[in-house]
Amino acid sequence: MGMTFAQKVLSKKAGLDTVAVGQIVQIEPDYCMSHDNTAAIAKTFAKIGVKKVKNPERFVIVLDHTVPAATEKYALGHQQIREFVNDQGIEHFYDAGVGICHQVLPEKGFALPGRLILGSDSHTTTYGAFGAFSAGIGRSEMAVLYATSKIWLKTPASFKIVVTGRLEEPVTSKDLILKIIGELGADGALYRCVEYTGEAIEQMSVASRMVLSNMAIEMGAKNGVCLPDDKTTAFLDGRAVNDYTPVFPDAGAEYERVLEFDASSLAPQVAKPHTVDNVTGVQDVAGTKIDQALLGTCTNGRLEDLRLAAKILDGKTLARGVRMLVLPASQEVLVQALAEGLIDIFIKAGAMLLNPGCGPCLGAHQGVLAPGEVCLSTANRNFKGRMGSAEAETYLASPATVAASAITGVITDPRDAFSRSVA
Amino acid sequence: MIEGKVWKYGDDVNTDVIFPGKYTYQPMEPEEMADHAMEDLDPTFAGEVQEGDVIVGGKNFGCGSSREQAATCLKAAGVAAVIAKSFSRIFFRNAINNGLPVIELQKGTDAMKKGDTVSIDFEQGLVRHEGNEYHFPALPGEVLAILEDGGLIPHVKKVLKKSG
Repeated sequence: MGMTFAQKVLSKKAGLDTVAVGQIVQIEPDYCMSHDNTAAIAKTFAKIGVKKVKNPERFVIVLDHTVPAATEKYALGHQQIREFVNDQGIEHFYDAGVGICHQVLPEKGFALPGRLILGSDSHTTTYGAFGAFSAGIGRSEMAVLYATSKIWLKTPASFKIVVTGRLEEPVTSKDLILKIIGELGADGALYRCVEYTGEAIEQMSVASRMVLSNMAIEMGAKNGVCLPDDKTTAFLDGRAVNDYTPVFPDAGAEYERVLEFDASSLAPQVAKPHTVDNVTGVQDVAGTKIDQALLGTCTNGRLEDLRLAAKILDGKTLARGVRMLVLPASQEVLVQALAEGLIDIFIKAGAMLLNPGCGPCLGAHQGVLAPGEVCLSTANRNFKGRMGSAEAETYLASPATVAASAITGVITDPRDAFSRSVA
Repeated sequence: MIEGKVWKYGDDVNTDVIFPGKYTYQPMEPEEMADHAMEDLDPTFAGEVQEGDVIVGGKNFGCGSSREQAATCLKAAGVAAVIAKSFSRIFFRNAINNGLPVIELQKGTDAMKKGDTVSIDFEQGLVRHEGNEYHFPALPGEVLAILEDGGLIPHVKKVLKKSG
């Protein structure tokens, strides 16, 4: 009997010929990621009583959640992390400003096909876009990984999501994943490994695939995987930190569910407050007044996202009463966006440029919301209170929808603005 | 054996409403985390919760962010167990790792209301509520061992000490 992607990676890492769904395996991850929460993890690690981190070369630490430090408390946390990485000889450390962890790990070549990567962040699923098995864990587990390199994982059942047809600009993979989550629900893929496949996935860029993997957690999935191909290899050329062997599911693999979606007929989608599965077509919420537009985050802060938004915003200005925040996902993205003149377009439209980082997405600093305010965001979560006040509302959409809505001041179908921009 | 008063919540209770993101990168002891438990879902919870109370949720309890404080703050607030139709996988792990029992119960949770008394018998795998008994499956051995040792850190300390 054939094995799914998850079974193949887990059996290989556990040194077993085969693993069954539900089987618990003890494994050593190839790489482990943590961010600003490393200060708390280091404290927990100290409680275990082991002095030195075992295999420090397997740990990647990125400061991104509250950068630059907004308060003295955050600054203290960052200081403790810098001391910790120096004391422990952790070389893969990326200080404030380099970018969001889920963009930095792929850019620096850690997110490789067939690798098993765990991170103390729920959106660690992002690396599935490169054919890696990657999942989120907690802080205590990361502290134990410092001490022992080992962790238990349960082998998940798998879903196969087949996406036929092709996405037509300005409809993006963000609209596709919102559609999928809306259909399946916030727990629709709970504990499952989701394999994305089909023509639409093959046709889309690596950056677009990262959106699908990033948001797999929003339907409860343990991971969301796109199988590596020439596009993956092209992205990783010159980046990969070491050689890799892709892992593919067997032809006879067993899937708990096989679901089919059609990309070609898809309209822009919006997730309404306060859950990610509260999804509807943009026409149903068109006209909703917004106070803030957010372009960025680990979901949609990549170059293709900025390009699409810039195309729509070129020569336009923001609606009166709307503030727009632009946060490129990394320094690399920012430098390229500057070179292409995209940042110029955003600033002239009246937007604010923030440094690469997580910023307002989790309400820790930069651009948080007041009671009664509405934000239209390219991020991945719209939970009550997440972006500041519990009385504020967040809608989620694609970079195109956010850009088109920032011009009108109300949630707007981006298709008209886009066709005018390319006419 | 646990007997406690029920705090009842619905489906998809996410970790942002259990422990808001604005506090996640501030150094805090568990006791201080408990003061913010359930802040954006039920502002009365932190002030009124009693040692030994039980939270009852619907499906997908603890979805969203991986923040471990969502489990730590409930444990520190005195919550003895969380019963739900299903849990998000990261919250499930975090709860076990904090020594907070999590019980998956498909039947029975709809009938449990705020203020009801429930008892949990871990040895027999039974939840009792108003004369009804609901069975829950035992946790796998390696996972149960973590819970029984009071959480992942004490468990690993014990294992490391044994292996010398």
